[in-house]
Amino acid sequence: MPPPRCLHCSRPPALLRPRCGSPLCRGCFVRRFEAEALRSLAPGSRPPAPGPGATVAVAASGGKDSTVLSHLLQRFAPRLGWRLALVSVDEGIAGYREAALAAVRRGRGSPPLLVLSHRELFGWSVDELGPALGPGSRCTFCGVMRRQALERAARLLAADWIATGHNADDIAETVLMNFLRGDVARLRRTATEATGGTGDPTGTSRAVPRCKPLRHAYEKEIVLYAYFQGLEYVSTECVYAPQAFRGHARALLKELEAARAPAVAALGHSSRRLRVGAEGGGRVLGACRRCGFAASRELCKACVLLAALERGRPKVGLGKRALEG
Amino acid sequence: MCEAAGDDGGCGADVGPARRRRGAGRSYPRTCMKCGQGSAALVIRVGDPFCRNCFREYFMHKFRAMLGKNRIIFPGEKVLLALSGGPVSSAMLRQVQEGLSRETAKKLRFIPSVVYVDEGAVRGQSLAQREQSLARMETLLQATGFPYYLMHLEQALELPASILRPGPVTSSEPGLSYKEAVEGFIQQQRQKGNGDKDSGTSLPGPGSGDSAEGPLAASRLPAAALTQELLKLFEAVETPTAKEELLQMLRIHLILQTARTKGYTKVMTGESCTRVAIKLLTNLALGRGAFLAIDTGFKDNRHGDVMVVRPMREYMAKEIAFYNHFFDVPTVIAPPLPTKRRDKPSIHRVVERFLLGLQEDFPSTISTIYRTGEKLSSDRAKATCESQRCLLCLCALDLDGEEELALEPTLIMDELELERNGCCQDPPAAGAERKSAYIPLLCYSCRLTFKELGPVTTLPPYVRAEAQRRIH
Repeated sequence: MPPPRCLHCSRPPALLRPRCGSPLCRGCFVRRFEAEALRSLAPGSRPPAPGPGATVAVAASGGKDSTVLSHLLQRFAPRLGWRLALVSVDEGIAGYREAALAAVRRGRGSPPLLVLSHRELFGWSVDELGPALGPGSRCTFCGVMRRQALERAARLLAADWIATGHNADDIAETVLMNFLRGDVARLRRTATEATGGTGDPTGTSRAVPRCKPLRHAYEKEIVLYAYFQGLEYVSTECVYAPQAFRGHARALLKELEAARAPAVAALGHSSRRLRVGAEGGGRVLGACRRCGFAASRELCKACVLLAALERGRPKVGLGKRALEG
Repeated sequence: MCEAAGDDGGCGADVGPARRRRGAGRSYPRTCMKCGQGSAALVIRVGDPFCRNCFREYFMHKFRAMLGKNRIIFPGEKVLLALSGGPVSSAMLRQVQEGLSRETAKKLRFIPSVVYVDEGAVRGQSLAQREQSLARMETLLQATGFPYYLMHLEQALELPASILRPGPVTSSEPGLSYKEAVEGFIQQQRQKGNGDKDSGTSLPGPGSGDSAEGPLAASRLPAAALTQELLKLFEAVETPTAKEELLQMLRIHLILQTARTKGYTKVMTGESCTRVAIKLLTNLALGRGAFLAIDTGFKDNRHGDVMVVRPMREYMAKEIAFYNHFFDVPTVIAPPLPTKRRDKPSIHRVVERFLLGLQEDFPSTISTIYRTGEKLSSDRAKATCESQRCLLCLCALDLDGEEELALEPTLIMDELELERNGCCQDPPAAGAERKSAYIPLLCYSCRLTFKELGPVTTLPPYVRAEAQRRIH
């Protein structure tokens, strides 16, 4: 059998796309990749995407996904009619975030950049949690606070949308992780969100809507695109990553991908089509009593965690029946 | 596992498996937690010691409770037990035997038969090995006294296209609730004769295999040509994952056809809790998120007239292993599907290895996944009309509203386009349908599997016939 040729132009291929096995040369791959990202933002796409005239805050961490995302969005913004701003969150993890932030600053291009830090916003950096938490994992604290930091940044910038660089692998890992942990509520939310339903009948959502333009892109392709385009990014692993539960899901995903490449896309499809039973019904997003940001109970999770930290009992904040302020 | 950790709800592995780290030499006999008297023979669940007798009671009670709770098996109903020879289905068979032999009012009331499918050809067994397995299985089945059917996977190539269509749902006594049916049955038994202890579910004596309407005598393997055709089908499949899926599909279709033609309204399959958890994650990775409940739940009614029931789904593999060992449940183990050295493992294998490994360190992994699966619902998994039904798995198509990008992995590049690019050396045979014509008839996961099957000419005739009918 003759060696494969690029699908479009018959040059020797640079890769076989994991999602469908088609061979593509470098130029065609770059073009296809960009075209697909653009298509995922087309008006009328599911889930909905920002329309023309929107201000979009791009979450930039300095890593490969957000670097590629910010590069692509800066190229598309004129075409889509968007106003862009970059947002970076400094969680206060030594040896991890500084290099990444430096990369963001170097490669930012023209949009304004806003950097917020956990320490400024909440009074605790992730490193400082150590003595308080003991040997426990910090992922919950880091993630919840970062989410709210992005939210606050979006408000400060008067952004209508937040764009994050979640890729197909992230989404696949998340559904595996939620299944392994038995987190039915999150499974239900992913399924409804994906079809565009926000579960918010009144329409007065208190959270800035998110979009994930890279949701169908495999991690492998993102890395390759960044390499082909000569984009600079930092790929250090977070210092606390070995303790993270996500590690198990990630290990499984890598094995699944090696066994059958379309499995990553299939997991994404499964997560969108999960039918979770109605008991333990979903809650409507209200406002947190303490800080006013989005919350499904009286207090938002960030406030719950902070309250627990301040009382010197951080682990209570993590449990199901947490302190109610 | 994080949920079970309670107060330590963090994501880390900080809650070490301390319970398991007993020092050497500190093992001592514990008393059974149930009767408080006998010395414990095993520890099940997270740390519950049971003595042999209490364990037996617990095991048998679980089976009965499972059937009773669901109230699906009506008295006097004909039920086909799918026996693979493996530990779980063998334990299931034993439970049915025990349940029927009790002389109390709690006796199980349905009429069982057993079906065994010989898959030796695709599992790499030689003819002699197949004969041997069949002989052992036949001895086992004759000892039960139930009617039985010995089938060969090759017979799947002779299935009619109708197996891919759900049958009409009829109940022999429409409108009768479960309670009424049971009461009516008890009345009937009393009237039939007081002294007759085994009335109603009168089982044929041993050796009933000869009088059963089974197609072949055990020692006769199918025609070599048919075996060859089956092997050709499997060899043309490109990935081990697709092979596993194909095997499961052919097997279940064969069993269901047997049930349908012989008048069985229920089929019981042996899937343990461990197997259910593995299947949940496997099917998630195959793209079957929409169908998890129907694929792993207690009842599976996508075929209409025959319902598949999974009564063993709350037994952990460990419980089954100990039960079979203590109470001498016979098994006939078949080798797994052979894979070449250069093949990647199947998704099924990857998930199984992963979960069993994780379960070692975190003993609540399997049960957490099982419980998550329980929270899923099967509504809208069954198709409402033919155009919305998947050709191969009979579930409702799960592709509406998906973005184009999401569907890309499921599409087949046109064979003509391939030709133009010089990739494809052999043009499709004249008159044969294109593989791409099948795609609109399939759900997401079946599309992925179908893409990895061989050329259309190798597919089983019943699949091609039904596809032809639906395409035109």
